[in-house]
Amino acid sequence: MGLGAYIAVSAVLFAIGVVCIVARRNMIYVLMGIEMILNAANINFVAFNRFNGDAMDGRMFAIFVIILAAAEAAVALGIVLNVYHLFESIKPGDVDLMRD
Amino acid sequence: MDFLQFNPSADFKLLLAVPLIPLVGYVVQIFFGRFLPRKGDWLLTAGMFTTMCITVLMAAKAISHGFSSDEPFFHLSKDVGMSFSWFYQEGKDAADPLNMTAGLLYDGLGAAMLAVVGIVSFFVHLFSTGYMKGDKRYHIFFANISLFTVAMLGLVLSDNILFLFVFWEIMGLMSYLLIGHFSHDPSTPFFHRWATWASKKAFLTTRVGDCCLLIGMMMFWQNFQTFQFTELWRLTSEEVARNGGEWPQWMTIAGLFIFGGTVGKSAQFPLHIWLPDAMAGPTPVSAMIHAATMVAAGVFLLGRTFPILSPDVLAIVTATGAVTALFAATIGVTAFDLKAVLAWSTISQLGFMVAAIGTGGLGLVAGLFHMVTHAFFKSCLFLSAGSVIHGCHHEQDMRKMGGLRKRMPLTFLAMGISTLAIAGIPMFSGFYSKDKIIQAAFMKTSLEFSGAQAFASFALPVAAALTAFYMFRMMFMTFAGEYRGDVAEGHGHGHGHDDHHDDHDHHIVHAEDGGIAGGHPGPVPHESPLPMTISLMVLATLGFLGGKFWLADLDVLAHSKPWFMKLVSPEKMYPGVELMNGYGAEITAGMIEHADHVAHTWAMIISLFVASLGIFGAWWIYGPRLRATGQSVVRWTWVLVFSLLAYLFGAPLISQLVEGTGTLITISAWVVGVGVLAYYLMRSTKWIVGVFAGISRPNPENIANGFGELYVTVANKYYIDEVVDASAIRLSMLSAKFLRWFDETVVDGFVLLIGRINRSGGGVSAWFDQKVVDGAVNGVGALTQTFGFIARLFQTGRIQQYASFAVAGGLAVAAWLLLG
Repeated sequence: MGLGAYIAVSAVLFAIGVVCIVARRNMIYVLMGIEMILNAANINFVAFNRFNGDAMDGRMFAIFVIILAAAEAAVALGIVLNVYHLFESIKPGDVDLMRD
Repeated sequence: MDFLQFNPSADFKLLLAVPLIPLVGYVVQIFFGRFLPRKGDWLLTAGMFTTMCITVLMAAKAISHGFSSDEPFFHLSKDVGMSFSWFYQEGKDAADPLNMTAGLLYDGLGAAMLAVVGIVSFFVHLFSTGYMKGDKRYHIFFANISLFTVAMLGLVLSDNILFLFVFWEIMGLMSYLLIGHFSHDPSTPFFHRWATWASKKAFLTTRVGDCCLLIGMMMFWQNFQTFQFTELWRLTSEEVARNGGEWPQWMTIAGLFIFGGTVGKSAQFPLHIWLPDAMAGPTPVSAMIHAATMVAAGVFLLGRTFPILSPDVLAIVTATGAVTALFAATIGVTAFDLKAVLAWSTISQLGFMVAAIGTGGLGLVAGLFHMVTHAFFKSCLFLSAGSVIHGCHHEQDMRKMGGLRKRMPLTFLAMGISTLAIAGIPMFSGFYSKDKIIQAAFMKTSLEFSGAQAFASFALPVAAALTAFYMFRMMFMTFAGEYRGDVAEGHGHGHGHDDHHDDHDHHIVHAEDGGIAGGHPGPVPHESPLPMTISLMVLATLGFLGGKFWLADLDVLAHSKPWFMKLVSPEKMYPGVELMNGYGAEITAGMIEHADHVAHTWAMIISLFVASLGIFGAWWIYGPRLRATGQSVVRWTWVLVFSLLAYLFGAPLISQLVEGTGTLITISAWVVGVGVLAYYLMRSTKWIVGVFAGISRPNPENIANGFGELYVTVANKYYIDEVVDASAIRLSMLSAKFLRWFDETVVDGFVLLIGRINRSGGGVSAWFDQKVVDGAVNGVGALTQTFGFIARLFQTGRIQQYASFAVAGGLAVAAWLLLG
């Protein structure tokens, strides 16, 4: 399997993530979309590392991203919990206090 | 006596207190008077009493000097280092003419005048405590009358014409306030309006004279750079002497202006119009104005400035005085208002004084002496009139009086003495002064004949006769006969005096159409309270004795000069000044002495004759008829007089006729002469007793009608008020109208034009500001707003939308990178 297949999977995953962020009406799915985008990036890191040399750079980055994603998920879920406390809803559309 | 020696350093301090005591009283009274017990009248009256005592003491010093020494009694406070700087400029020499200094001048004239002012003012104050009782502005009245006195006292004491003018003006202001005293009392509508009008009239009319005085004063200052009387006299005399005895023209003009001040203040023709209306004020004020202050100030000014008046000015002074004396006397004959008679008599008497001063020399002394004697008897007459008016419940029309002799005996006595004095009856003060005035006029005419002098010689005796006539007419109408006023129902004789006073003290007057204020029916007239009658008695005594000042000299029988003449003669009044306005060089001392002698005899005869004529005329028309006793007195008096006359004129005649003939013829001539005389004596006695018994009594109305238009003219005061109305007042109204038109059309038009131009300019500026400047600012704002509005649309607050935009943006960048 060539590099193109990996990138295609990554691109599909990225697209699904974006759609998930933009379109879903549940903040948990939005978070999941973010995870998908991060994982799409991870696939790219790993794939480019495999096909473009012996260094471990790409894989190291992927591991960092996974750690980062875990931290991010923890913080984001805390935010979601607080949002739920304040708005009694976790629809992203209901949280529009930042509008002009 | 030592204490009667004038001690300048001490006595000038005493003299300074003379105006200061009432001045302090005025200040206290005007601020605190209303809180004091009795509204402070006792304070000012006591102060004025002190002032009077000082003035009398100082006058005693002057008189004692006059008896003991031939030196002039003339003191300047400057000589003892008492002078006061007014306009003192820093860095200027003290002798600079612009450094105005004031001081006191005390001489014989000042002594006499100061004592007169002090005495009359005190008694007017005392009288007012009774007369003004119950007045709403009682304390203000006392304050004002006190400052009025201060002004006159200061005027008399001033040693320079500038300070004299200052006090002169204060007096003008106080006369305005006092004449208008009732103008604040709307409860008496007639007096309210009349007082308002009269006070304005007095103020404005005298202001004309004051302007003249100021101009005259300044003309002298421009030439001599001094206001001091002594300097003015000296410099004038020197200037005329340098000019070879000719008076420079400017001096005549300036002298006329100074005389203009007298014309205004002393109510001379044609500025006399204010004085008769000044009686709108309370009667004590009239007494002040007519006697001690105001009108006397004008005559006093003539006395002080006499050496600087040129002969031409003096001729005009004489003519003005004589005209005033005569024409005011004729009006006095027609007046029916008690106070109006007195007012016109004042104008007439002032005419005497002014005319006399114009004749110079003896006339100057006589005029000033008349001012002194007149002050006493005229203040007494006015206060008596006040007492009568007070007694008759503010009725002033003599036709509604009569028979008051029994009801007001003290007032009758006082007024009678003063009337005898003003009419010129020997032994009463007015005789001496008026006799001297007529003598001075005769003397001057005989020495230097001129139209003015001749007119004065004619007019003054006629005016004297008229004076005697209208004064006795007043006395007969007021005191003789029966009471003609209304007596109200229900008020009986038994009415107690005191509570009756409370009822009627100050119902001044009710409004009446046209005429002088009329009284209201009340109880029968009554005598006035004690303070008023005391004042009357004292002033009447002074009016009686005042003439003795002229004669009160031990050496009078030896024809030496009496003390008034000793103190107030030209040489004593203006020491060291050579008068340049006296007789010309061709008139020798011997001629003057001869003329003096002749004029003395004739003046005596004529003034006695005119006085008796006037009194007889008044009695004939208005007097009470004689009963049997009076008729026999008249009969035997006439027999005596006729026999005496017949002997005086007949005996020399018969002696002439029969000289050198036989005894028989002499005896028969005497028998025939005595027979003829006896026949005429019988006839004349019958006629004269018939006249005195009232068989042929003329009716005043018929006499008045007999004069026809002339009477109407005189009764209307020669229409002078109307002439003034039509000329001066109409003219000033017209000029005021023109000025108003000018102001409204031209000045206002110009201002409006400027305004309009400014407004148009402002319009342009406003348009530019609103459209251009504001437009630019608003435009920027609007633009920002529009962009902001558009930008707002993206700020939905929805994270997913923001994310979509980000994605779209990312896609767009990618597309551009890939496709571009």
